[in-house]
Amino acid sequence: MTPIFAHPSSPAQAPGLPDRAGLGLKHEHFIEVLETSPDLGFFEVHAENYMMAGGPFHHYLGLIRDQYPLSMHGVGLSIGGEGSLNREHLARLAALIERYQPQAFSEHLAWSSHGSVFLNDLLPLAYDSATLHRVCEHIDQVQSTLKRPMLLENPSTYLQFERSTLDETDFITEVIRRTGCGLLLDVNNVYVSCINHQRDPSAYIDALPLQAVGEIHLAGFAEDSDSLGDRLLIDDHGAPVDNAVWQLYEQVLARIGPIPTLIERDNQVPALSVLLAEAQHADGLLTQVRP
Amino acid sequence: MNHQATFAKALLAPDQTCPDGLFSGNGADPASRFAVHRNTVHNGLINALAVAYPVTQLLVGEAFFRAMAGLYVQACPPTSPLISEYGSTFANFIQGFEPAASVPYLADIARLERLRVRAYHAADDRPLEPHTVLAALQARADLGTVRLRLHPSVATLASAYAVVAVWAAHQTEGGLAALDPGHAQSALVLRQGLEVKVFAIDAGSVAFIQRLAQGEALQTAVERALEASNDFDLHQCLTLLISHHAITHLHLDSKVSP
Repeated sequence: MTPIFAHPSSPAQAPGLPDRAGLGLKHEHFIEVLETSPDLGFFEVHAENYMMAGGPFHHYLGLIRDQYPLSMHGVGLSIGGEGSLNREHLARLAALIERYQPQAFSEHLAWSSHGSVFLNDLLPLAYDSATLHRVCEHIDQVQSTLKRPMLLENPSTYLQFERSTLDETDFITEVIRRTGCGLLLDVNNVYVSCINHQRDPSAYIDALPLQAVGEIHLAGFAEDSDSLGDRLLIDDHGAPVDNAVWQLYEQVLARIGPIPTLIERDNQVPALSVLLAEAQHADGLLTQVRP
Repeated sequence: MNHQATFAKALLAPDQTCPDGLFSGNGADPASRFAVHRNTVHNGLINALAVAYPVTQLLVGEAFFRAMAGLYVQACPPTSPLISEYGSTFANFIQGFEPAASVPYLADIARLERLRVRAYHAADDRPLEPHTVLAALQARADLGTVRLRLHPSVATLASAYAVVAVWAAHQTEGGLAALDPGHAQSALVLRQGLEVKVFAIDAGSVAFIQRLAQGEALQTAVERALEASNDFDLHQCLTLLISHHAITHLHLDSKVSP
């Protein structure tokens, strides 16, 4: 399969998000953002949260987009779904991207819809050749519809499939090679998955095509335990970034230099100042690796 | 059944089933890890309903609401990735939910809250300024033929219960004194600027606004309103609509203004 979009030698150098820290835009913070114009590299929004016809969400996003670069992050395309992509949803996404002209669009290596049912979770995939073929077809379809390359986010997982024949990192590497999409490296997801599957997070990162990284996500996790009482980390975006994830992030930056970095918080959203402090910390680390 | 169909079915099943073909690297029971997805799906959707239906939740308490919402999630999972639209049939589910029968107005409160969410996200349309509408209407000799286009957020709800009074009483702390939910009341919901507003209206106003929304001329809308209620007050109803920016266009004969 020929890549529709051959990725540039370094996607970070392509016109896009600045190599700085950004925040997920929460409706709780719309007015404060406009009143205080915090010093941030960009904002990121979940595309599905802005697919309504009109009203305050569009009003505020329009004003904030005028002031900041924007990353659009999809959570509902179900790229790993066994069925075909929802064309109506893809068309809505294309219209939203046309309207707000984000500097980046990203989605997940996961599935979330089956038949007419949307399950509202990022569900895991068996890494076999049938899934690989299907995921690449879907990414080709997304990239040709949106007329731009997308970034694919590595998942956080809790389970493994008996029928998987590829490692997750090999699967991701092959998807990127075949489709020319970029990688959204979610360092928290790496840490969560590696603890859950007893892998070495640094080795996992080393096995990824890091030259394709166009954006990094950092978030917090919740901690539970499985039936054996072993640590089970849950990617809930409801806590500050963990120290272990910050350390892993520093290792990544030392390897590949500054990359646009998002602080994600979707649950128990704290005051904007709390999130700005985390963004400032990331910005400090980005500055250290800037040439 | 294909793999994802089995997975999806197990996620929504009332019992704690775990699909075959899964394992944990450390040998733990995969069901203890599948539960993470099950909880994410259920809690995420129940939380979305709790955000959309705050007064419904206050009326029955959090524990009852979450149990009821959980059954709704299993019976009616979302059919769209647009979670702000999820729960459009929740009020009908509540209507038929036997354990909630002791709060007979619960379903109508849920209907009102759904209209508020819809109004919040409804399409934008520039309203006419009140003085523009008044000047145009006063200049017409044949007022009865005028048709008004309403803002996309405008909606009405007719109820056998005091839906607006019950809803309003839960917008402030301890505002539920001496409230009789047993009298019929209807609601007008609209978005004025960025703010969703709720007004108590009579049955005549509901009929009037519904006719206007269907594109009927003023004359016909007034006739239907008076059929619905002898007490219909055209001046009061029009004033409410005009002053809250609910009118976006005036159709004068074949011409559209502005």
